[in-house]
Amino acid sequence: MANEAIQPNVLPQNPEKATLEGRNKYLGFWFFLGGETVLFASLFGTYLGLRNSYDGGPGPQDLFHLDLVFIMTMLLLTSSLTSVFAVINMKKGNFKKMLTWMWGTVILGLGFLGFEIYEFVVYYDQGLGYTVSAFASSFYTLVGTHGAHVTFGIAWIITLLIRYRKTGLTLANAPKFNTAVLYWHFIDVVWVFIFTVVYLLGVGG
Amino acid sequence: MSNSTAASKKSVLYDWLTTVDHKKIGIMYFFGGLFFFTIAGIEAMLMRIQLMFPEMGFVGEQTFNELLTMHGTTMLFLAAMPLFFAFMNFVVPLQIGARDVAFPFINSLGLWLFIFGGIILNISWMTGGGPDAGWTAYTPLSTTSGGHGVDYYVMGLQVAGAGTLMSAINFLVTIVNMRAPGMSMMRMPLFTWTTFVTSMLILFAFPALTIGLLLIMLDRIFGGAFFDVALGGNVVIYQHLFWIFGHPEVYILILPAFGIFSEVIPTFAKKRLFGYTAMVFATMIIGFLGFMVWAHHMFTVGMGPVANAIFAVATMAIAVPTGIKIFNWLLTLWGGRIKFTTANLFALAFIPSFVLGGVTGVQLAMSAADYQFHDTYFVVAHFHYVIIGGSVLGIFSATFYWWPKMFGYRLSETLGKWFFWLFLIGFHLTFFVQHFLGLMGMPRRVGSYLDGQGLNEMNFISSMGAFLMGFAFILLVINVLVSRKNTDNVQDPWDGRTLEWATTSPVQEYNFAQTPLVRDLDAFWYEKMEGDGRMKAAEPLDDIHMPNGSILPIFISLGFSILAFGVIYSQWWLMIVGGVFMFSMMFIRSIKEDHGYHIPVSEIKKEKGEG
Repeated sequence: MANEAIQPNVLPQNPEKATLEGRNKYLGFWFFLGGETVLFASLFGTYLGLRNSYDGGPGPQDLFHLDLVFIMTMLLLTSSLTSVFAVINMKKGNFKKMLTWMWGTVILGLGFLGFEIYEFVVYYDQGLGYTVSAFASSFYTLVGTHGAHVTFGIAWIITLLIRYRKTGLTLANAPKFNTAVLYWHFIDVVWVFIFTVVYLLGVGG
Repeated sequence: MSNSTAASKKSVLYDWLTTVDHKKIGIMYFFGGLFFFTIAGIEAMLMRIQLMFPEMGFVGEQTFNELLTMHGTTMLFLAAMPLFFAFMNFVVPLQIGARDVAFPFINSLGLWLFIFGGIILNISWMTGGGPDAGWTAYTPLSTTSGGHGVDYYVMGLQVAGAGTLMSAINFLVTIVNMRAPGMSMMRMPLFTWTTFVTSMLILFAFPALTIGLLLIMLDRIFGGAFFDVALGGNVVIYQHLFWIFGHPEVYILILPAFGIFSEVIPTFAKKRLFGYTAMVFATMIIGFLGFMVWAHHMFTVGMGPVANAIFAVATMAIAVPTGIKIFNWLLTLWGGRIKFTTANLFALAFIPSFVLGGVTGVQLAMSAADYQFHDTYFVVAHFHYVIIGGSVLGIFSATFYWWPKMFGYRLSETLGKWFFWLFLIGFHLTFFVQHFLGLMGMPRRVGSYLDGQGLNEMNFISSMGAFLMGFAFILLVINVLVSRKNTDNVQDPWDGRTLEWATTSPVQEYNFAQTPLVRDLDAFWYEKMEGDGRMKAAEPLDDIHMPNGSILPIFISLGFSILAFGVIYSQWWLMIVGGVFMFSMMFIRSIKEDHGYHIPVSEIKKEKGEG
């Protein structure tokens, strides 16, 4: 039965894709990420169109500090790595270890989110209100949408971790953890683009 | 774990509100779509009355702007797409031999988001006027429009659009993962194929609309500066975002119709579809090119001759795969034993009507000439020729074709043919003259015209045609009501070729007692010709696993709608209430594992008449 814990000796090779429901979720989530890609591409396009429209307000070179953004990048990249370890442990059947690594992802994600909020507060104090210029609006919308995705991802993973803290790995919850990790990788990749297009291009270009 | 007897205790209303059965969802999409089709049709009538004579005072200019905006928006998002979704939902799982869709819960959520989005959009009429910036909502017209009309437009489409995106993902996964044994991709019926490509287009096009609408919302409600030129904003960005969505959208509206005609024409010509492979690849090429041509809506914006030339050539290239399809339909008919049923009449009338729309499409694609055509009635005539001549004729063809399977009775052919001829004549009467009105310089989206400019007669003819279409539509409604007694010969009335005709009418909850084994393209026809006329089973008779219904989709949609109203009226508390409600419903869905129930073999045998 789907809701019984898997014994290590009868564990399927890929518990997240062992059932039709699991395969559907996996494929459906990839399609969803395809749509999300267009969503972020639209925001990137808008930002690129407006990134020089400061209209007298502060611009990237006044605001951005690569050291802060570098720390954020490292936090998020590491959080993706811990989620990879979690999935490896899931496939090995080490449910406890999987949960531990996932908590690591959550903590690193929260660290990233904290720095992002701090960053926004600092920029606001330096005069970059949302309504100041087209650059400000497009910057906050692009980075803020990513931040909202991070927030949602953290809430999602915490929900799974608490809901399944005692159940052990099942064919019903393995796909859930797997899709959450997939989502987390996606927002990580989006951040890599934000780091390049927004921050590196803003300071250097 | 409950069983099916528990499910049958529910009241009929609660059953329909909580259903995750793709067939019931399809039927609800159908009536939802038909309802909004009627509203948008009435809006069109009101506009044609206003334009019947020069300088009429039937509706004011502001009302006219609202009517034209809501007519377009409603027809595209709330009528045509849901009507196609109705047939996709009902027919595609049957055509591929599946018991259900991949995500029954998400399917239901998509339906309710569409219904709530449509209601939000139309509530605007009662709260101080509808949106008035055109269905395209170009900035800065939309960002500076007074009142709350455009806010309703933005949030209504946001809610409905979220549902559309979910449904598209559901169709994609269903078609990839849920096909019966033997149903390879290249054995899928063409309607399933076009559903697949259409869903791809929705998946990659709708997020661009989401962002376009989001930016309008941020500008209007939260003081953003995206489209405020004084603060460095750029209004053309919105046009790009909108048409990156908007052009694929027109293929989203036509490809399912192509699929329907590719089912109807072979059935009534008694021939296998000519050039099946070419049809599949033409569909994919149209889908791909649909993303490459958005800027042909913006020739007059001033992108420069190079961009205009590239987009002009790319646009004309779409005529090639479309032409392939037209010739394949003609060659399917060639030498066939053609039956002129109502469904087939719509398909046959589609070919010349749509070609007319295609020809004016190529004319409009010539960017130099487009400076003359732009924003005139020539454009209006063109897109009504492709949308009515393609999509709407397709919807009506599908209605007559699949009605016996969906509702268990056949629509009257006599009334159907009256409906067909009156509608077809009305359609050409309305829109053929609009080509000339456009070439004479009559601008679109303007609520009146002056006397003595030679526009009077053709506008009058156009309005008469619109009345004829409206009258014909009433015949369809009458047909639906009076044909209920035709309950004989509903299982396979057209001597069908594809799997949906191998099921009972009305279809059992589980579609197929045993998953069918597919041995060829046109699987059912193959068994009729080479086998014993019944589908071979791919599995022994066994208990069937079914998903449980759920009320959560309505609650999630309700939460999203409350959030939308919070945004429309800038009320933070309402946004928070709606958001919290929506996310807690999603939370419940996430933590409550639902393993569905099983229908026992004994009951299946009883329903098969073997018990």
